[in-house]
Amino acid sequence: MTFIVVSLIKIAIVMAFFMTVLAYLQWIERKVLSHIQLRVGPRRVGPHGLLQPLADTLKLFLKEDLMPAHVNRFLYRLAPAVAVFLCLLSVAVFPFGPEIEIFGVRTQMQITDLNIGILFVLAVTSVGVYGIAIGGWASNNKYSLMGGLRSAAQMISYELPMGLAIIAPLLMLNSLSFREMVNNQAGYSLGFIPRWTVFQYPFPQVFGFIIYLIAAFAETNRIPFDLPEAENELVAGYHTEYSSMKFAGYFMAEYANMTTVCCIAALLFLGGWHPLFPAPYSNLVPVVVFVVVAALAFFHGLQPARKWDNITFPIVGVIALILAGLFFVPVLNTILIPIFWFLSKVGLLLFVFIWVRGTLPRFRYDQLMRFAWTFLFPVALINLLVTGLLVAVTTGH
Amino acid sequence: MDKLETHVASLDAEHELAMPGPGDLFPEPDTAPSARRMVLNMGPQHPSTHGVLRVLLELDGETILRARPEIGYLHTGIEKECEVKKWQQVTPLTDRVDYLANLINNLCYALAVEKLLQLEVPEMAQWMRVMLSELTRLNSHLVWLGTHALDMGAMSMFFYCFREREDILKIFEMFSGQRMMTSYIRVGGLALEPPRGWQKVVSDFINGFDSKVDEYEELLNANPIWMQRTKGVGIVPLETLIDLGVTGPILRAAGLKIDERKDNPYSGYEKFDFEVPTYTGNDVYARFLVRMDEMRQSTRIVKQALAGMPAGAWIAKAPGIILPDREQMKTQMEALIYHFKIVTEGFPVPAGEVFQVVESPRGQLGYYIVSNGSSKPHRLFMRTPSFANLQSIPAMLEGRLLADSIASMGSIDLVLGDVDR
Repeated sequence: MTFIVVSLIKIAIVMAFFMTVLAYLQWIERKVLSHIQLRVGPRRVGPHGLLQPLADTLKLFLKEDLMPAHVNRFLYRLAPAVAVFLCLLSVAVFPFGPEIEIFGVRTQMQITDLNIGILFVLAVTSVGVYGIAIGGWASNNKYSLMGGLRSAAQMISYELPMGLAIIAPLLMLNSLSFREMVNNQAGYSLGFIPRWTVFQYPFPQVFGFIIYLIAAFAETNRIPFDLPEAENELVAGYHTEYSSMKFAGYFMAEYANMTTVCCIAALLFLGGWHPLFPAPYSNLVPVVVFVVVAALAFFHGLQPARKWDNITFPIVGVIALILAGLFFVPVLNTILIPIFWFLSKVGLLLFVFIWVRGTLPRFRYDQLMRFAWTFLFPVALINLLVTGLLVAVTTGH
Repeated sequence: MDKLETHVASLDAEHELAMPGPGDLFPEPDTAPSARRMVLNMGPQHPSTHGVLRVLLELDGETILRARPEIGYLHTGIEKECEVKKWQQVTPLTDRVDYLANLINNLCYALAVEKLLQLEVPEMAQWMRVMLSELTRLNSHLVWLGTHALDMGAMSMFFYCFREREDILKIFEMFSGQRMMTSYIRVGGLALEPPRGWQKVVSDFINGFDSKVDEYEELLNANPIWMQRTKGVGIVPLETLIDLGVTGPILRAAGLKIDERKDNPYSGYEKFDFEVPTYTGNDVYARFLVRMDEMRQSTRIVKQALAGMPAGAWIAKAPGIILPDREQMKTQMEALIYHFKIVTEGFPVPAGEVFQVVESPRGQLGYYIVSNGSSKPHRLFMRTPSFANLQSIPAMLEGRLLADSIASMGSIDLVLGDVDR
């Protein structure tokens, strides 16, 4: 009974949090991109456009749900559902922190600790391509079809280097469960270098990490690999014919995929919730960060550059101070500190995704495939072989 | 009622015959039709055709087998409209032909009419025309660079380019009161006296501009993805380009040193020291490099114009052709009469024909004007560079990939107003 209740509570918390993050990720992307591009981004709805995601969702809800005449009705409806369903599924196995005890109940900060977690995630995300391919085909539109085809080819090609890049750290961590993998990255070599797989003896997975990130860009159809929805060639690619919430489904799937791959990267390569340096000092980092945020907010609030700045910035500052204070509450801090480290790693990776989008042009279809098969795949293979060899030599079996 | 219906039906039938179907545009397939082949209709509403160009593509997978551009969606009949306007009323129409290089169109028209009138333009006006032409070239190239990069997925370039373009448009606004449809270069000189303090505004902009070009080059020149997308793409043999009548940066990127500013200098271009950049790559990358270098050369010309701007009148003294000064109208009867005559009937231009060519950002821009001695042009033909350059689309696209079509068409730098004038 307790198990069911606790599980339901965890699912509710994780889903609520995840959906909010997805909505606000889009806001953050628009803001960051705007500032890269000399714009200000959303500012009209709510202070600093903070209610923009809400307005967008509402707008998409209220839009007419158009069904073009010549589509395959069943598959046309099914495709976005498949895309959304699959990309939300993988969150179930991600651990956000260590085992904790609240009100006498010991539980893991994870919906379920699947012992083949990574295989589950790989399986689920690779089925995600069906959402796009079926959607492209069912729309009965030439642009959609080409978008769907490109996407299918691209995702299948990049699945390979991605898989190979993932296997290498698995060899070192010797487990398929996310929890154990993160636990195996605990501790510090020489007392200060974290034993994350990117830094870990015997073969730091720097190449593996880079290969994984590149493949992740391709898997999530982001610039420079956003060919399936290359708007200047294929209008909107596979979702050209979709409107209203069906379109929103694809939109959400893209951001959910982005978050998922960043979570995997953080768990597999960057040591999950383990801090960058040993415990007593690293526990102060979140406090320092939030205090600095608060100080900056108050500083800018004192010299308002825009209307309302003298009100909104102090509010942000107070929230940051409250957050900083929460890290001193005894039970809460055991939950919050791991979550802070995990989220900051994921957030950093997501920022890289947005940053790249603001900088790079797009690959061409054939170049993308050539890049995957003639460069990324061999490098990933060599990386795997070297890792395997070194692991075998050092562990002696 | 029956009669009307049959009449409408016959009109419909005629109309249908007149409209080219896919079969007409792709008359005889090279091989038997198969499921692999697909006709993709790119445009007229498509994010990367920049305006209302329609290109029919016959695809085999992602490879383009045949490409047929279809124009006319922006046809406004400007050439014909010019025939019912007085000479001075044509200038605003020339703005609307190539709306990214409006001042150069103004200049071409003004030079042509001045040739017919044998009118001498004051030196200051000539220098000012050169300076504004080069600013226009910068403006046009900035729009091209921004949209070209945007087509390739480099979204931020668009905003960086439009930041500088905004400054140029502000300069135009300062001079003429208009951002785009300036009509600032008129027959005989300029439309208005240059505003106070223009030197500072222009020099502030132009002195900071070189570093901006460096910034663009930093983002794109050595970017491996950009090079992969553009190198070896859109190659058409030089002979074919010449046969098609292609001019401008495309020819210069093919290694032909052709530039009207050097070959047939007009408006005092011979007094300026600048180079005509050429490359031999003949691909999208070479065209990109040519235009980037042209931006630097234009900057040089503007700087020289700023430094050596002569003093003097900004419009020619030609009673009966140029509107008299407002003050003179209040004191001199002739001035008042001339003003009345010019405004009501226009000014006569001696009978004859003239062909004036200038270098627009897109290539050779020519105005062929026939006058029958009246106050309106008898015939005005515009040899617009975009129209000729557009003919190279099939040659550039066929046999290449769909994604290359975007890069190639972007490298032509089409302005649809310039095509369908």
